Amino acid sequence: MSESSKKDKLSEDKKVIRCIVCPTGCEITAENVDGEVKIIGFGCKRGEEYAKEELFEPKRIVTATMRVEDGFLPIIPVRTEKPIPKELVFEIIKELSSIKVKAPIKVGDILVENIHNLEVNVISSRDMPIKT
Amino acid sequence: MKSLDVDIAVIGAGSAGLGAAIEAKKQGMDVLILERNDELGGITLQCIHNGFGLKIFKEDLTGPEYIQRFIDEAKELKIPYKLDTMVIEITEDKEIYAVNKKEGLLRIKAKAIILSMGCREKTRGAINIPGFRPAGMYTAGQAQRFVNIEGYIPGKTFVILGSGDIGMIMARRLTWLGCEVKAVVEIKSYVSGLIRNQVQCLEDYNIPLILNHTITKIHGKERVEGVTISSVDQNWDRIVDSDQYIECDSILLSVGLVPENELTTKAGAELSNNGGPIVDDNLETIMDGIFACGNVLQVHDLVDNVSEEAKRAGKNAAIYVKERYGKEQIKKDHIKIIPGINVGYVKPDYVNFSNLENLLHFHLRVKEPDRDVIIVIKEVNKIIYQRVRSFVIPSEMIEVRTKFKPEVISPNCRELKIEVLPVSLLEVLDEVG
Repeated sequence: MSESSKKDKLSEDKKVIRCIVCPTGCEITAENVDGEVKIIGFGCKRGEEYAKEELFEPKRIVTATMRVEDGFLPIIPVRTEKPIPKELVFEIIKELSSIKVKAPIKVGDILVENIHNLEVNVISSRDMPIKT
Repeated sequence: MKSLDVDIAVIGAGSAGLGAAIEAKKQGMDVLILERNDELGGITLQCIHNGFGLKIFKEDLTGPEYIQRFIDEAKELKIPYKLDTMVIEITEDKEIYAVNKKEGLLRIKAKAIILSMGCREKTRGAINIPGFRPAGMYTAGQAQRFVNIEGYIPGKTFVILGSGDIGMIMARRLTWLGCEVKAVVEIKSYVSGLIRNQVQCLEDYNIPLILNHTITKIHGKERVEGVTISSVDQNWDRIVDSDQYIECDSILLSVGLVPENELTTKAGAELSNNGGPIVDDNLETIMDGIFACGNVLQVHDLVDNVSEEAKRAGKNAAIYVKERYGKEQIKKDHIKIIPGINVGYVKPDYVNFSNLENLLHFHLRVKEPDRDVIIVIKEVNKIIYQRVRSFVIPSEMIEVRTKFKPEVISPNCRELKIEVLPVSLLEVLDEVG
């Protein structure tokens, strides 16, 4: 039930992660032991993978709204096509809040290409017809 | 008054109504959807976060993306719908009275009706918080609509009462928008929503979750200025001298959802203890030809489950129109499903004897969280189904899918009991038995 990783190190001595893969909610602990990271407490393989990702490269899909011109509604819900590094979430949302897009828009339309040079597009989450 | 005749009328065009209408239409029915909002889609449209569709589409979609697929399919199938149309009454004879601005009063005669009106949020009045009635108090879903659809942020500093999913999701959303969420206050000793949301919406942003506490006073006369929170004992009574003051300009309530069933009871269908109509395994209420699905029947935690339930309602309503409508109704041969130990409620409330060999879907919620349990279905004391679960919590709906072989259940069986027992207790029962 333990796994070590040589290439990555924890910034703190010990970190506790609550697993969200299933409702059991295992408490997974990661510790620095002799320069290696030891992960214990996961209940399954998926939990172990989740913990590693959360420790070394946490990512999130960003969901936000952007302002729309001529739309049926004043704003449109959008999201990043792929998860982006968690520490950039606030910056991305701020960036999106300053851009205005124009109706009509279809679900899945690319509204911002390659945001923040992350090689991730921001797409529309719904159709936005023109205001009649 | 304009009159219309349809095979199946669907009340509400949210995830349940759209799913049911699509399936009924595919079964060859003449369907009409009635929706009180100005667009199709329902509440899923304002749930702009992701996590939808994992079960049905095997994709991680936002709410609007998920529901757009159903809207598109309904339009491709050319299912007629009326927007801005409020149903005001359903009669026992399946006549629907509705109003809208263009046509005035409408009478719609349907062979079958699918109820898919969803649920609504509990408000301050439902939980009796003392204090003034200043501006700045919203239900979580109301704030969600302001922020995600209308483009307004209704405050700057928030306290959220209740740890329901929408409350936690709004805590993150408001934080992302630069607001400060001072705390999520929960009267129970555990979180009401999904653990996923507790971790990704609160813990990710260091938003304090204060358990075993509630708001005992709202401060401010014109606008909310702050709240007093107090710790509570096991009976949820305020513990004297435990008060803390938190300054905030807004309060969100995320204290539970109630199925919206005024039309249902008017039509003559009875409700069960969860607030949804009593249904059999066809999702038919006690009124012949009136079916229910989605949050009007039981508050779901995943929209994917709503869509699955809606599909079954649409299919069964079509079977009713084809096979049973206009014929003398046979007396139903029902087995009652009784919620037993640690089961808050179970749907359906009845199973037709003739359907026992078909795949049955039971949905239930436990009353209290527990570990290492066994879900059992019993005829008197004989266990006819069992499944082990490592963890159960009221916020996670449990689904049991099973068929019963005819020899397993006695021909004069009239009730089955469903229970969630600690594994240890079952071992004791085995020894006694």
